[in-house]
Amino acid sequence: MYEFDIKSPSKLGKAVRMLRKHEDAQVLGGGQTLIPTLKQRLAAPSVLVSLAKIDKLKGISSDSGTVTVGAGTCHADVAADDTISALSALAGGIGDPAVRNRGTIGGSLANNDPSACYPAAALGLGATIVTSARDIAADDYFQGLFETALDETEIITSVTFPIPDAAAYVKFDQPASRFALVGVFVSRKGSDVRVAVTGASEDGVFRWAGAEEALSANFAPEALDGLTPSGDMIGDIHGSPEYRAHLVGVMAKRAVAAC
Amino acid sequence: MADGGIGAPNKRREDIRFLTGKGNYTDDMNKRGQAYVAFARSQVAHGTLKGVDTSAAQEMPGVVRVFTGADFAEVGGIPCGWQITDKHGEVMQEPAHPVLAQGKVRHVGDAFAAVVAETAEQARDAAEAIEADIDELPAVVDMKAALADGAPKVHDDLTSNLCYDWGFVEENKGAVEEAFKNAAHVTTLDLVNNRLVANPMEPRVAIGDYDSSSGDSTLFTTSQNPHVIRLLMGAFVLGIPEHKLRVVAPDVGGGFGSKIFHYAEEAFCTFAAKAIDRPVKWTSSRSEAFITDAHGRDHVTTIQLALDKDNNFTALRTDTHANMGAYLSTFAPSVPTWLHGTLMAGNYKTPLIYVNVKAVFTNTVPVDAYRGAGRPEATYQLERVISKAALELGVDPIALRRQNFITEFPYATPVAVEYDTGDYVATMDKLEEIADLAGFEKRAAASKAKGKLRGLGVNCYIEACGIAPSNLVGQLGARAGLYESATVRVNATGGLVVMTGSHSHGQGHETAFPQVIAEMIGIDPSMVEIVHGDTANTPMGMGTYGSRSLAVGGSAMFKATEKIIAKAKKIAAHLMEAAEGDVELANGEFSVAGTDKSVAWGDVTLAAYVPHNYPLEDIEPGLEETAFYDPANFTYPSGAYACEVEVDPDTGKVTIEAFAAADDFGNIVNPMIVDGQVHGGIGQGIGQALLEGAVYDEDGQLLNGSFMDYAMPRADDLPFYTVDHSCQTPCTHNPLGVKGCGEAGAIGSPPAVVNAVVDALRRGGSDITHIDMPLTPSRVWAAMQK
Ligand SMILES: Cc1cc2nc3c(=O)[nH]c(=O)nc-3n(C[C@H](O)[C@H](O)[C@H](O)COP(=O)(O)OP(=O)(O)OC[C@H]3O[C@@H](n4cnc5c(N)ncnc54)[C@H](O)[C@@H]3O)c2cc1C
Repeated sequence: MYEFDIKSPSKLGKAVRMLRKHEDAQVLGGGQTLIPTLKQRLAAPSVLVSLAKIDKLKGISSDSGTVTVGAGTCHADVAADDTISALSALAGGIGDPAVRNRGTIGGSLANNDPSACYPAAALGLGATIVTSARDIAADDYFQGLFETALDETEIITSVTFPIPDAAAYVKFDQPASRFALVGVFVSRKGSDVRVAVTGASEDGVFRWAGAEEALSANFAPEALDGLTPSGDMIGDIHGSPEYRAHLVGVMAKRAVAAC
Repeated sequence: MADGGIGAPNKRREDIRFLTGKGNYTDDMNKRGQAYVAFARSQVAHGTLKGVDTSAAQEMPGVVRVFTGADFAEVGGIPCGWQITDKHGEVMQEPAHPVLAQGKVRHVGDAFAAVVAETAEQARDAAEAIEADIDELPAVVDMKAALADGAPKVHDDLTSNLCYDWGFVEENKGAVEEAFKNAAHVTTLDLVNNRLVANPMEPRVAIGDYDSSSGDSTLFTTSQNPHVIRLLMGAFVLGIPEHKLRVVAPDVGGGFGSKIFHYAEEAFCTFAAKAIDRPVKWTSSRSEAFITDAHGRDHVTTIQLALDKDNNFTALRTDTHANMGAYLSTFAPSVPTWLHGTLMAGNYKTPLIYVNVKAVFTNTVPVDAYRGAGRPEATYQLERVISKAALELGVDPIALRRQNFITEFPYATPVAVEYDTGDYVATMDKLEEIADLAGFEKRAAASKAKGKLRGLGVNCYIEACGIAPSNLVGQLGARAGLYESATVRVNATGGLVVMTGSHSHGQGHETAFPQVIAEMIGIDPSMVEIVHGDTANTPMGMGTYGSRSLAVGGSAMFKATEKIIAKAKKIAAHLMEAAEGDVELANGEFSVAGTDKSVAWGDVTLAAYVPHNYPLEDIEPGLEETAFYDPANFTYPSGAYACEVEVDPDTGKVTIEAFAAADDFGNIVNPMIVDGQVHGGIGQGIGQALLEGAVYDEDGQLLNGSFMDYAMPRADDLPFYTVDHSCQTPCTHNPLGVKGCGEAGAIGSPPAVVNAVVDALRRGGSDITHIDMPLTPSRVWAAMQK
């Protein structure tokens, strides 16, 4: 690691001010992505502004139509809440217990790793990302690999998920990291079907329009027969673009079956 | 059997300290005044090193001194411990291996400078500030391309990238070719034995320490064989005589071969400690480990099996390219040759065998022994080609094996070794029973009903352990002897301390070795303590690898204990006023046959140290003996393995549903430890077969140099194993009748997995005959699309 200062404000406003004040300051969530990056000397922030002491960012609440998860809520807590079972299952399938007890939903969405799980849930449920400055619809939030709509000094405070009629997330593990080689989140609310795919595309998490259309007409695995996503799929040592495209279809069918 | 003696499943006493965080690993040690090292390493695979500018680094905070290759101009290079003579009678090409690169960098990770600073982070900061002027050269990565005319040379002073072209047995070559001409059937298989990264849990660490008052150097290091490091580093690199150099390898968190070798970082820390007169510590990061620890395997082979019209094996020939990487690591040349070619007969009476191995330099990390070393490569090709032959001939793969088994022992193979004992029919019978092979079709039908393809893979293996008579290995090019030694010190009150050259880094020596001695004397094993890992405290030893510790180190202990018992009997005879020849030792008590005279073990040991009533005119006081044991032959464990897999036809994902191992390890000292060794070995074999494999791109960059991309096996990748070692044909030439069990699992399991997956896919309608490891989901899926 390079040297840095660490600050742990207890108020959100203070955290935002610190980000504005220090050039190269960076938010620290659960540290499960950022700390390994620092250890490998791949980032050199001057100041880390830890969100750990801001109680307002933690916890899960729900009303009749939505679930709201504080940005500082760790994966294990989401896994333990069963309001949207697909979301809990997704959180419970991230990493290992140590990662789930530290890593946060805010950190995951801010990072927008193209193989991460939460982006698929946010997009697949049509969530709203609430920040220190504004509300951002998931459809506008994800902007490519590791790219989001967030400004440098903007902090995610919570995420609001509409409660679907049915939803499921099916993930095919990359054998080494066990992030998603391909993960598909399918949800249905009334006649509205969403299919979000992570791990597969060169453009990061995306909604698979062809599948949504087919499933809106017939919400059954067979409806996806013969469909593959268009666009450039990732090719690497873990799978070719063709393999990933194929897996998207398989995982989507399994998700529909599990709904 | 004494309580807790030979055959008892005693719990591992060392685990108390390992599991409660009380282990003492090299990185746990910190010396007063210690400084820290960071290496500046090449980020390109191949380049001319035109200059290294350290001026900025010198000025950085905390920097004590910056070293470059020039500082080592007067120092020897890292030596290679084995010289191969090729098929033309020429010795191998052996490049220089400087401690810090001089003139050229030859793989990503090759160190060209090092910073010693007050803290580890300051050392890293300064290492990043070193400017190397490197003219990048095209890299050679692919072995066959490396041998093509005009290929860039890894070492400019060698004639080519060919280290050696080895033919074995060269005299058989003509007869083998003739046999192929006359064969009724020939099966040919091209395969890759994938390159592995050992990844022990503990990364390498070295601390150099120099005492300017005495001129003594000490190296604390993560090594499987501290004496070998003392010899190689002292004699060949730094010119320090052994009495002025101590090497300590305390608790070591796994090695799997990768910690046998002498590494440049060890020499650097020892050298730098003297240069700055302060202790110097280096701790490898995991990222650094990926690009500096010797890798394993990496063979590309064509194997051919000739059969007669009755399906008897008549000849075998192989053509292998073996990757050496950029430099010769300590035992690298021996792995694809004497540890591989000599095993090509396997469990079968193939009369004619010819093995050709071309060892090749490439711009990659050096490759050396990894759990099994050469024997897994031999077993994999042989057992795969037999299974392929069975497919082509439409015969049962088990029946084809049984038909060709060696059944009479001793058996002299056509590849220069003589198996002393074995019973391959018995282990196969046992396997069929424990794996319930009769019930397989039912299980396959159940899998099919779930939409999964189930497959069965069966194979045998033979290995050669306890490496081996020193005079023989000397003829084969080893530059070291391969004996082991032990000193048994009996204390006045009867407890024993055994000092051994065998190093324990996960094998459970501290538990198993005392069982042998306890059994011989008839005392509780808790009365015996094992001391290892420090050249100052233990007699000369060759260390732990090749499943040799019990067979060779244990035999040395046995011999030393025999000497102890002989002397103790003399003392007992004196105490009992009996003739020495009438004294018997049982259950920790000496007695005189046919009388009621007896004297306890503790009384005799006390007499040895308080020699008031003692035959001082005949024998010396004290009770301490040393023995060296140099084995007459290798030992030959063998076995039969079965793997059942399910393949998900939609994704290509393979899951191991069952794995059974029937091994013959000769006599067993601690069956629980043997189970554990087999479990671990199979785990690594499954890792190789399904998950692992270092991938270089054409520029020589390692694409999976972290656990994010390099897949190690985890608990949920592995099944519950069924292991059995009740088939026992004891080794005939060591006093314990033991053979060695540390590598068997890693040797026998990869072909079982691949055989099973091929079987599963064929049951699903594919006509595939081979897939190269690792059988990742994407590879299996791609194979199914063909
Ligand atoms: C071994 C391992 C396995 C993993 N497996 C998976 C997996 O299977 N699936 C998966 O999805 N993820 C996986 N992860 C990633 C894990 O989910 C991380 O926890 C997550 O990606 C980052 O969350 P964090 O709270 O740890 O963020 P940090 O590491 O603290 O931060 C990550 C980034 O987000 C920024 N940030 C953090 N919080 C906020 C916020 N509230 N507002 C704005 N910016 C913020 C930081 O500045 C930083 O840039 C794994 C991680 C590890 C170490």
